[in-house]
Formats: sequence, C-alpha cells, structure tokens
Amino acid sequence: MMRDFSISSRWVRVWQRNFSVYRHTWKISFLPPLLEPLFYLAAFGIGLSSLVNSFSYRGQEIAYLPFIAPALLAITIMYNAFFETSYASFVRMYYQKTFDAMLATPLTIEEVITGEIVWAATKAGIAALLMQSVISLWGLVHYPEGLLLLPLAALGGLAFAAIGMVFTALVPNIETFNLPIFLFITPMFLFSGTFFPLQNLPTWAQWLAQIFPLTHLTILIRACALGRPELSLLWSLAYLMAFFLLTYPLALRGMRKRLIK
Amino acid sequence: MPSIIAVKNLRKTFGTFTAVDGISFTVQKAECFGLLGPNGAGKTSTIRMLYGYSPASDGELYLFDQLINNDWRTVKNRIGVCQQEDNLDPDLSIRDNLLTYARYFNLSKSGARQITDRLLKFFALENRAKTNIRELSGGMKRRLVLARSLINQPDLLILDEPTTGLDPQSRHQVWERLEELKNAGLTILLTTHYMEEASRLCDRLVIMNQGRILVEGRPQELIQHYVGREVIEISPPSPKLLSYLKNHGLRFENLGQRLVIHNQADAGLFTLLTELFGDLRCTLRPATLEDVFLHLTGRELRE
Repeated sequence: MMRDFSISSRWVRVWQRNFSVYRHTWKISFLPPLLEPLFYLAAFGIGLSSLVNSFSYRGQEIAYLPFIAPALLAITIMYNAFFETSYASFVRMYYQKTFDAMLATPLTIEEVITGEIVWAATKAGIAALLMQSVISLWGLVHYPEGLLLLPLAALGGLAFAAIGMVFTALVPNIETFNLPIFLFITPMFLFSGTFFPLQNLPTWAQWLAQIFPLTHLTILIRACALGRPELSLLWSLAYLMAFFLLTYPLALRGMRKRLIK
Repeated sequence: MPSIIAVKNLRKTFGTFTAVDGISFTVQKAECFGLLGPNGAGKTSTIRMLYGYSPASDGELYLFDQLINNDWRTVKNRIGVCQQEDNLDPDLSIRDNLLTYARYFNLSKSGARQITDRLLKFFALENRAKTNIRELSGGMKRRLVLARSLINQPDLLILDEPTTGLDPQSRHQVWERLEELKNAGLTILLTTHYMEEASRLCDRLVIMNQGRILVEGRPQELIQHYVGREVIEISPPSPKLLSYLKNHGLRFENLGQRLVIHNQADAGLFTLLTELFGDLRCTLRPATLEDVFLHLTGRELRE
C-alpha cells in the first residue's frame, strides 16, 4: 500500500513550518504541560489520596499518586497529538488553505500529511518532556528507566496523531470532531487503566480496553516511570506500533481522497 | 519554437459533471496567455491541472516540451503559482511567509534570504517585513502572494484571478509589476474575468465557456473580428428607432434599457442616427474585449 504514496524527506519542510510557528508561541504552549501536572498533583495528591489507600497493581503495592502520575503523561501525549492533527490541522487545511499553498510547490500531499503527523508527535513529545520534568521533582519518575519515556512519547504521539488525521480526512466540518472526541477520546481518557486499574472493570470491559491505544501507552509509561520492566510490555509496544502502521496509511489515503480532486 | 505549455484535448470530470471538456492550446516562451470565461467556465479546473494540483481526466499535457504523467516534482520546481484565495500563512510574518515557502522548494538559507529581500523590494513590502498577515490590506496580501509565487524564480508563472477584489490603485500596481515581469521574459498564464486586465496584459487569450474554448486570438484581433472598431450604445431605445434598425437590416443587440450596435459597416451610422433620433442618448465608443466576451458567452448570470 505504501508503494502508491509519494514521500521523500521533503516532509521535513512541513514539520519546520509548524516548528517555526510553535517557536513564536512557545511561552503559551509551554504553560499547560508545566501547570497541568501541578493541578493534578494538588487535586489527587492532597485531595483524593487521603480517600484512596495504596492498592495492588501488577502484583505490587502502589500508592495512588505514583499510579496516576504516569497516566497523566500518557493522557497529555494523547491530547497533544490528537488535537494537533484534528482541530489544528483542520484549521490549516480548511480555513487557512495552508495545504493548498503547499501543494503548489514540489511538496506532495503525502509529504504534507507526514510532516503534520510527525510534528504533532513532536509537540506531544515536548509536552511530555516538560511534564515529566515537573513530576520528576516529586520523585514520581524512576531513573534510568524514565529515560525511555521520550521515545515512548514519540511512538504514542505518532499513533494518536495518525488517528487524528484519519478523522480530519473524514469530518465534513470542524464541529464533527465532537463525535470522535465523545465516542473515542473521552472513553479512552476514563477507561484505559488511567485513573483506576483495569482489573476493577468487568472482564468484558477489560478486553474492550485492550483495543484502546491509550491502555497500552499507559501500561508502558507506568512501567517505565515505576521502574518495573517486564516481558509482557512488548505486547503493548507491538500494539502501538501496529496501530500507527495501520492508521498512518489510512490517513494518507484519506487526505489524498479529500484534497486531490 | 519551444513551447512552455502545450495542452491537447485536456478533460476534467467530477463524477458526471464535465468541468473541462477537451481543450487544446499552446503557450510560447515569454508570452502572456489569458484564460477568460465566466464563473464555472472551467478556468480554475484547467490551471489546477497545469500545476499538478489535480490530475487530468483525459488528454495530454506538455510542460517545457515534456509530456507530464506523474513526474511532477522537477516540473513544479519551475512553476510559480498564485492561487485565487489568499492562502498566505496567517501564523507567520510577511518575511517568514516567503522564507518558509522557499524551504518547500529546498532553497538554501542564504539563497532564500537574498530572493526574499529582492521580492519584498520589488513589491514595495520591504518596510512591512515583520508585519503580521492579519494586519495587511487586500492589496498588500495580493502582492505578497505574487511575491511568494516568484520565490523559486519560475520559468512559468500561473495566476488565477490575480486582481479579483482589489481597489483600482492596487490593481494598477499589480498590473505594473506583472508587465515588468513580462518584459523581463517571464512566461505568464493568467485567468481573469476583468477584460481590461486581459487586454492590457495578454498577448493571446482564449475565451472559455462551459468547459470549452470558444475562440482564441490576440485581444485586438478578436475585437476587430467580433465587434468592429466602435460600438454604438443607445439608451433607452425608442420603438421608432427599433423599427428603423429592423427595416434597414442592421444587426443590433437589444438589452431592454440599452441597445448595442456592433460591426457597423457604415462609418456614418452614428451621425445618421443622432441626426434622425437626436433626442436619444446615443454614444459612440471604442469596442472592447468586454463586448467580445459578452457577445460570445451571453449575458445571463452565472451563479
């Protein structure tokens, strides 16, 4: 399937364009990933932790704060990547006609979309790195395993960016993004083993949660942050890669169909 | 003589709708060639095929004497495109718009800076280099889109309605710049529905309607051939005058409030009519491309 696509390294030019814009607005872009974990740490660490005793996660005792901190990282990666290729890419495509202008140059549609997806993953990676540095101050990230978080953020970012772009290829207008957010992103946010262990769910729901890419990203990030590597993590890693390798060509094909008439 | 564009039986269909219905034309080097036509004539569909934005449904397309199939990359390096919508990058300043666009062509950093400075100067934007796009007037935006389309120093410049929506001052400024480019030997393909623009800039042109080419020629020759040198306009025409014209077998176009006489064989007709029907508002004016255009494409609205 990928043989039908026309991609050279020129997609970097699209990435650079987004990075230039980001550099102008970095002061604003930096704030959420720095402040958000502080809010959550305050709410859950001070407010909720007194209600939640430590519990067993994958055979080991864990307090609530170390349990949820890595999940916040995974959620940040999802949101940053998905919102970049959904709302932000849609604005560039539909309202600003940025893609039209790019397509009058030697850039191909596949390069434009690849640049957008890799950029979204980059943005997710930057946000994750900022957030990681904050929660590391609270001793919530175990090192050296914590160094694996950045490549994981990149992989998770690619996966969520690609699926976001699939929706951008499909939605008739910007309001329609409410649908994938309500039916896909929000359930993932709540039921991916983020705020409580998956074992608390009925068995069928546990199986269902295995479909969610966020479930696997959360498992991976939590294992690294807690410094508890195990062999079964390879399954989650494989799932995220497969998810990206499936959604990326779908995004390319969808956007070609949408834009090239 | 080498041709820059050669199009043979080019077609574009969207489902059952035919936007471009088998057109053929050639554009020579250093020529300014116009695609004219009312809305929906197929102008934009045509030029979108010419710069590789949308694939042709059928027909042959030669650019720079090369048959184009799917090998757009090298060809696109030699084409500059000024699209109809202002699709400048609103997230970037004037200067960054040009520098960013230069990167899409893989221009070197220093090369991009050099040509950016030159283009900003050429389009009188050098004092606004750091301005945000949102603060620009329509005329400045258009000039910037034009500057952007020249960033790769193209051998062919494609302009889709370059002055639509501009005030007369801005329009004349754009025309002057385009004339300079033309005189410097740049090949230009232009769509427009401003006949003044076409007469002023185009060496040759085609008039399109409903996806087909109606006529091709030089503006002055087309005017001469279809309308003659002068046009008599009478408003409002009286019944007496109408019957006079009919009785004498004179061809005219009756628009209700206005009556237009083209192709007068007799140069004295105007004097005669003013003498016979002196109380009428009767004017004699030079024929324009607009007369040709309306004559060929009809007067009904295209919406």
